[in-house]
Amino acid sequence: MKWNNYTSLVEKFRNQRVFDGCGISGYINLDKKRDNGEQIIDMLSILSERENGLGAGFAGYGIYPKYKEYYALHLLIDDEDSKENLIRYLGDFGNIIQSEPIPTKIPPNVNNPPITWRIFYEPKHKESISDDAQMVRLIMKLNDTFDGVFVISSGKNMGVFKGNGWSHEIADFYQIKDYKAYMWLAHSRFPTNTPGWWGGAHPFNLLGTSVVHNGEITSYGTNMRYLESFGYKCTLFTDTEVIAYLFDLLIRKQKIPIPITTIALAPPLFTTIENMEQKYQIALKNIRATYRSAMLNGPFSIVVGLNYPKPTLIGLSDRKKLRPLVAAISNDENSVFLSSEEASFKRLKLCEDYNFKRIWHPKSGTAIIAQVGKGLLRDGRESPFEKINLKVEGTIGG
Amino acid sequence: MIENIKIEYRKENSAEFEINAAPNGNPLNYKILNEKIYQIIKKGYTKVVLNNVCGQRFIGASLQGQLKIEINGLPGNDLGIFMDGPEIIVNGNSEDQIGNTMNNGKIIIHGDGGDVIGLSARGGKIYVKKDVGYRVGIHIKEFEHKFPVLLIGGTAKDFLGEYMAGGLIIVLGLEFKSDGTVSESKYPICGEGLGTGIHRGKIILRTVEDLGSRLGVGAKVYDLKKETEKTIKPYIKEFCDTFKINPDIINLKPYQIVKPISKRPFGGNFCGNLI
Repeated sequence: MKWNNYTSLVEKFRNQRVFDGCGISGYINLDKKRDNGEQIIDMLSILSERENGLGAGFAGYGIYPKYKEYYALHLLIDDEDSKENLIRYLGDFGNIIQSEPIPTKIPPNVNNPPITWRIFYEPKHKESISDDAQMVRLIMKLNDTFDGVFVISSGKNMGVFKGNGWSHEIADFYQIKDYKAYMWLAHSRFPTNTPGWWGGAHPFNLLGTSVVHNGEITSYGTNMRYLESFGYKCTLFTDTEVIAYLFDLLIRKQKIPIPITTIALAPPLFTTIENMEQKYQIALKNIRATYRSAMLNGPFSIVVGLNYPKPTLIGLSDRKKLRPLVAAISNDENSVFLSSEEASFKRLKLCEDYNFKRIWHPKSGTAIIAQVGKGLLRDGRESPFEKINLKVEGTIGG
Repeated sequence: MIENIKIEYRKENSAEFEINAAPNGNPLNYKILNEKIYQIIKKGYTKVVLNNVCGQRFIGASLQGQLKIEINGLPGNDLGIFMDGPEIIVNGNSEDQIGNTMNNGKIIIHGDGGDVIGLSARGGKIYVKKDVGYRVGIHIKEFEHKFPVLLIGGTAKDFLGEYMAGGLIIVLGLEFKSDGTVSESKYPICGEGLGTGIHRGKIILRTVEDLGSRLGVGAKVYDLKKETEKTIKPYIKEFCDTFKINPDIINLKPYQIVKPISKRPFGGNFCGNLI
């Protein structure tokens, strides 16, 4: 896809250009109760100081219950020819269950949008390779080499809606209010190092993993080369892409438990490790050695949505806390909320009379994990191995 | 730019003014809200009450004189930035960077504070009842009669008093339960990198924890002298009066003081030999 057709560098820098970071928000209903998008739009749009009209996006989990067995491909497409080519190509490798435009309403300020299309897809089942692995291979191929097409999301029963514009414009464009999801992620972009274009807006997705991110990944080059050795291809011109692929690699492919994955991505400093118990030292030093190229460096706070192994919401910030992240839990302990600023929660209180049991600031480099069926597993104030039943064998580097 | 700002409500025969910062549930833009505050103060009112505040930034920016701003809700980043004199009371939590480069005045937070509180403050007082985040008191500084004081009732996190160039930070390590009782916090009094690069000023922590392993470059734990303890008494008293805390609990634990080892902690690095 020709990304530079879908940037608008000059005219989109409208008034209110205050330098700041991106805004991220997300929440999960732990009983899988599905909400429409109003709440997440409220949470995100209050962070309007954290965007400049160069990208926004939403990810909803549980939006396609009718097609929940099939991969929902959300696509950005250049023109009709590319679309025909794509449909022919996909037909060779599996069944297209449904192929339709994503309903959109073009507000006055969003100009020159690409074709937004969705395909519910089922690859041909093979003995030698799992469906997920086939899909990853297919998506990497499409994004890397296929002309005029970009896959923006590919999970089952979920979808990413993103584009260039202010968050309220993108919400209108995709009519986010019409979707019902039990987990929402949202992002308003303030691009600093890379162009603001449709594919470069957040969330970034691969299969069931979606990531919204505030900050910069300065280890992008290292992470990218590491991922390339596993067959991932980074094609979106944005650092956040690697986080989505790293979560996919560690959790889906290598089946690393989620708390250990977050330690691998944002591990404690060696000086901190030296002061820990021997068994924790062995575990942490081995994690750091194994995943040294997967470690994320630079300032970041991220909210991650997973639908594997179970629908999970994860919040994580860098070890030195250079980007903000605030968490909250509802009065009935059924919903966990994450946001860049506490204002998101205050907005819910104001508009919808929402009451929170607790609002807290998680520790840096410590994950908040909320999982359907299990509740709030970690609140981000624990030490690395608290609540984890750790059995250590071997020695450092052994 | 902002014209015809409608004033919603005023109390009869009073110098106090109330503003609803979120009419019909829609929070005002921070520019409009701040413009309203300026216009009201211009008219001679000395107390402004802001209701339903929801993340609006820069409240109280650059205000001067004997004013009082009471905030019901959640003020956004940079509360009281460049402020010179007024008193701000927040009935609830606050976000990051409160008291940024504040010159004089007082900010009272009846809840949690965010990160980077008192960034480069060069005067005034910031009292936070509960916990605060990272980099609190970064580069606060003193000069002659200008002396910033940060007093935190709860606990702090990493990089407390980073690059501190003067003033005073006190952390009490208390926990305030929702039923009104006060106890010792279960969380550590501060995180790592305590006083990194400090070259003047004092960080006083009410704790028996071992701080040695958490010190940053240039900081050292000293014995607290009786005279120094006396000098902080008025602040503790004011803190207890403000938040209605029984001062007895504060006397149950000793203080430790963190001070710089030298006025130039990085003198040997960089181009130290050239200066």
